[in-house]
Amino acid sequence: MAQIRLENISKTFHSKHHTVEAVKDVSLEIDKGEIYGIIGFSGAGKSTLVRCINLLERPTAGEVFLGDTELTSLSAAELRQHRKKIGMIFQQFNLLASRTVEKNISLPLESSGKSREDIAKKVAELLEYVGLSDKAKAYPSQLSGGQKQRVAIARALANDPEVLLCDEATSALDPQTTKSILNLLVKLNRELGITIVVITHEMAVIKKICNRVAVMEHGKIVEEGEVFSVFADPQQQITRDFINTTSNLSEVYELIEQDSPVVRLKNGEKLVKLQYLKAEVSEPLISAVTQKLGVIFNILFSDVEIIDGCPLGGTVSILSGAKSAEAVEYLKEKGIHVEVIKDAAVS
Amino acid sequence: MQQFLENIIPNVMSKPSELLKAIIDTLIMVGISGAISFVLGLIFGIIITVTKRGGVLENTIVYNILDKAINIFRAIPFIILLTWVLPISRAIVGSGIGVQGAIVPLVFGVVPFFARQIESALAEVSPGVIEAAQAMGLSPFAIIFKVYLREGIPTIARATTLTAINLIGLTAMAGVVGAGGLGDFAIRYGHNRFQEDVTWVTVIIIVVIVTIVQLVGDFMVKKNTH
Repeated sequence: MAQIRLENISKTFHSKHHTVEAVKDVSLEIDKGEIYGIIGFSGAGKSTLVRCINLLERPTAGEVFLGDTELTSLSAAELRQHRKKIGMIFQQFNLLASRTVEKNISLPLESSGKSREDIAKKVAELLEYVGLSDKAKAYPSQLSGGQKQRVAIARALANDPEVLLCDEATSALDPQTTKSILNLLVKLNRELGITIVVITHEMAVIKKICNRVAVMEHGKIVEEGEVFSVFADPQQQITRDFINTTSNLSEVYELIEQDSPVVRLKNGEKLVKLQYLKAEVSEPLISAVTQKLGVIFNILFSDVEIIDGCPLGGTVSILSGAKSAEAVEYLKEKGIHVEVIKDAAVS
Repeated sequence: MQQFLENIIPNVMSKPSELLKAIIDTLIMVGISGAISFVLGLIFGIIITVTKRGGVLENTIVYNILDKAINIFRAIPFIILLTWVLPISRAIVGSGIGVQGAIVPLVFGVVPFFARQIESALAEVSPGVIEAAQAMGLSPFAIIFKVYLREGIPTIARATTLTAINLIGLTAMAGVVGAGGLGDFAIRYGHNRFQEDVTWVTVIIIVVIVTIVQLVGDFMVKKNTH
């Protein structure tokens, strides 16, 4: 059963002179234990959408289900109880500057009826889990960005939530720190079984940790699916734009435009872009073609990554050899998407 | 030393017990009206912050009433307020004059100002932190006490220092209605009887009091900033 279910969610902001429809009729289901990504450019409505899940923003229309419970119909006190099952972390960390690390983490546990000893024990466990046991007495201002986000994660985990919402949680961090925070998120997804919803504008984040992704534009979800299939076969221009941000294959078009000597072809050569579409590609195809047909590949760009356990990506190469046309056919048969960008066929 | 002081401030040295009483009266007025104003101003400042649009206890009616009331009282010059609230003062403390009588107008004069100061102090608590507190299921009261008031301590301390210094100024002015204290002392002798040394000594004493308040305030801000 779905852990989170949004049904026809709309959110409209009214101000005196204009109204903004931040989210328009969005429905989605997020399964228990998955890492679900929502990607969009800023202003696409993704932050508003994620705030509709814990009702930090109350949707103008639509229903929000956490498991069986419909959240918008709850009383304020009931909603607070349910919010404890939904942890949240933010781009700006939002730690309390006046409290030490351990006091920040204990904040959601205070006034929960737990004893002082139980709280101290839980805080120590959480600090250990995020690898910051030595910083218990430090103040947030003494921590680096990555450490602050770890504290925020520990705080979000204090009530043993079922769901963790991450609102641009790595956008303020450097690439190295981003990687370690993403690894931590994957760890708590695997070990604690927490369902994670990731809001981001970085395709690299989606690619690294998500199972499924929704692409948002102008308040709507325009494309949704398994990360691998969305990457392999994007349907929308915006999705392609996002994918291109993490791939260097499209740089070849710029080279052609600049008439770079790298892409000038001799007679009989073909400039091709090969992309893996199927998850099961594991044969050494390029070597096979070279051996079988005597076609030489001069690889200009290559970008192959393992996404959700499957290789995805492609290469841009110059093919040369008498049987290069047959090579293209052979690759297509094997399920490779082949785009002949330039063909200097002997005429 | 005694001789020296009698030479340069003869009029002050001739009435040391009156000066001491004036100092004590000022401290009593500042202390009592300050304590009452601190509590009331804090409460109103918090109410106006949380009932604001998007606040944790959003309530347009309460906000609008309080907002307008504060504006009205802030617009009234203190010297008019002093006479205006006389009947209220008589009803509450039984007197419109003297140290007792000054407390009610001082509270009326300070609370709206302090409430606004608290409002802007609490506005400096990051909205993101409030959002995080809401997301973790904290009740509005927990958010007020554990987040707003705790995170706001440095800015609240700053606002309190500013207000306390203002209050000392107002207290001197309250001397006009015969409230006693240093302001009254300076006007009666320094101004009315041309005993200039009295004016100078009072000013110096007020400067010393203000400086002490400022130092304590700065210390509180520093101690609570991490």
